[in-house]
Amino acid sequence: MAVGKEIRSQIGSIKNTQKITSAMQMVAASKMRKAQDRMAASHPYANQIRKVVSHIAKATPEYKHPYMLERDVKRVGYIIVSSDRGLCGGLNINLFKAAMKDLKEWQDKGAEIDVCTIGSKASAFFRRYGGNLVAAKSGLGDTPKASDLVGSVKVMLDAYEEGKIDRLYVVYNEFINTMTQKPLVQQLLPLEAEAAEEEESKVGGWDYIYEPEAQELLDNLLIRYIESQVYQAVVENIACEQSARMVAMKSATDNAGNFIDELQLVYNKARQAAITQEIAEIVGGAAAI
Amino acid sequence: MAMTMHCNVVSAEKKLFDGRVEILVASGVQGELGILPGHTPLLTELKPGTVKVKKQDGEEELIYVSSGFLEVQPDTVTVLADSAERAHNLDEAAAKEAMEAAERALADKNAEMEYAQATSMLAQAAAQLRTIQQLRKQLGK
Repeated sequence: MAVGKEIRSQIGSIKNTQKITSAMQMVAASKMRKAQDRMAASHPYANQIRKVVSHIAKATPEYKHPYMLERDVKRVGYIIVSSDRGLCGGLNINLFKAAMKDLKEWQDKGAEIDVCTIGSKASAFFRRYGGNLVAAKSGLGDTPKASDLVGSVKVMLDAYEEGKIDRLYVVYNEFINTMTQKPLVQQLLPLEAEAAEEEESKVGGWDYIYEPEAQELLDNLLIRYIESQVYQAVVENIACEQSARMVAMKSATDNAGNFIDELQLVYNKARQAAITQEIAEIVGGAAAI
Repeated sequence: MAMTMHCNVVSAEKKLFDGRVEILVASGVQGELGILPGHTPLLTELKPGTVKVKKQDGEEELIYVSSGFLEVQPDTVTVLADSAERAHNLDEAAAKEAMEAAERALADKNAEMEYAQATSMLAQAAAQLRTIQQLRKQLGK
């Protein structure tokens, strides 16, 4: 019987797609767990170093590191962290939208923009957008090493020290939970004191005792700080990517299931109609004899 | 009750200690430091060595630190280690092996390992062994 051949083949192709999406969902789910563990592992360090640095920013040190000085903003640097691969819902697009909004604000104030991208989606986007792309890094995989990022971070830090850029931001997805990721624009340089977190009594002119020299120590510490923040951003973004992909693939699998159900119903109806018609014809033929 | 301060020891990979302590002893680049509550703010680099903290209940914990930073505020101390391990998790045989390898590399002028790398490896391995010995002494007491 030739009824509904198109429908049958359509159901078949949707079933194949569903197999792929459900496989991707399971792969993402298992990767997500590992990515979240990694994110949680490096979280305490990134948090503590941020606290220490915000203390330093609040102190009144004998030696003012260039990273602590506010300058007139003529040029702004962005480190944009994205995923390497797509199929993870609106994750990257939402991130780029948030970044573009921030970029626009600076451009309206007359500042120019330098962009450094991590992940191939970001570099593709900003190449098309026509931003000034100074560095791009991609292909980090699921287990990035801090040493992989040093190069691109250094480009931006050097630019800051030479006075080419006056502000540095990092843009990445903040992991809230498996279902929710939020684009986040975080200021790296100049250092920001964490506002209102501690009592105001400390505002008076206090300073650390430094061992060995303040300059040497702060140089090392601040570079380590920036690296750890960028590393944390990358690790967190990977956890976001895997959870977003898992959620996107789950809904794709569910949609495919619904689609198949609907088509199956249409197919069954068509087949039933054809059978009924045939019987009617036979009965009609018999009556005519 | 003795005065206490909050202490955090974190490495790039994990959190090793978080709690209130009576005293913290660490090896800074310019010598051993003993930090008591109410210390004036201090910022220093750490060299490979042992961080010893005495908890409220009088129990002492030993942590090996490869290098990093120490920040002191009157009521908190923070150790930011590049890598760290609790003393009883250290592998003595591996540390000895690393020390021997580093010594060999230092003695052999044609070795592939760079001099600076070898010396830092030697210092780290020696510090690990010292930490293990301290732990033994503590347990033997």
